[in-house]
Amino acid sequence: MSLQVELEQHRNVLIVRLKGELDHHTADVVRFKMEDAILRGRCEHVVLSLKDLAFMDSSGLGVILGRYKLLKSRGGKMVVCDTQPSVKRLFELSGLFKLLSYHESESSALASLEVVS
Amino acid sequence: MSGNNFMKLSFAARSENEAFARVAVAAFLAQLDPTLEQIDEIKTVVSEAVTNAIIHGYDGRPDGIVTLEAAIEGDTFSLIVSDEGNGIEDLELARQPLFTSRPELERSGMGFTIMENFMDAFEAESVPGGGTRLRMKKRIESKKALFN
Repeated sequence: MSLQVELEQHRNVLIVRLKGELDHHTADVVRFKMEDAILRGRCEHVVLSLKDLAFMDSSGLGVILGRYKLLKSRGGKMVVCDTQPSVKRLFELSGLFKLLSYHESESSALASLEVVS
Repeated sequence: MSGNNFMKLSFAARSENEAFARVAVAAFLAQLDPTLEQIDEIKTVVSEAVTNAIIHGYDGRPDGIVTLEAAIEGDTFSLIVSDEGNGIEDLELARQPLFTSRPELERSGMGFTIMENFMDAFEAESVPGGGTRLRMKKRIESKKALFN
């Protein structure tokens, strides 16, 4: 099972859409693609759009937490939207929603960041 | 389903086998007619245990062997995930939420917490230098039983 990472720039926000399964094996591609886009691009904030993420484990939490720390050190924010119930449960269990706010849709996630910036 | 059933599977400690392990166990579990939520929980638990064996047990050495054993007795699903790798020095510390011995690898330290949360029973045995064995159980109430 593989993972696809789709990146879209929307003004100063990077939308990251993950499709497939995010585990230890596929975490590196997320790390490299997001890191590259954040460091080289003009994005300040990130929307993680997870409608098509069918599976995630704690390796996924680790890579998301790592990119959150990078953004935060640069003064940016990360928000999460549109997750499957099993993925949302893992965010809740890990306490990650204390750091990242949750939105039902990409548009409401984007709107929340446009108010910030 | 009547009677007991079991399976045993050994594979190379390679990260591409994490998805294989999840799917294999989920396919075996299917005969208990689990809910989607229960399948997701078991797949997550398998992923955590196998990933731990690969990263911590064998330090990413692909010649290591990870073994999965699953059994069904009545409505109880049992799972054993074992390796013959490095073992864990301090099991109590390893089980603490957010503890990780490998922060440089961006491990979240949530693996044990997730396994304990998603299963009804969880035991870990480990011998430093001699490997780790995780034994877990979960009751799977059949959807058919719920409807009757």
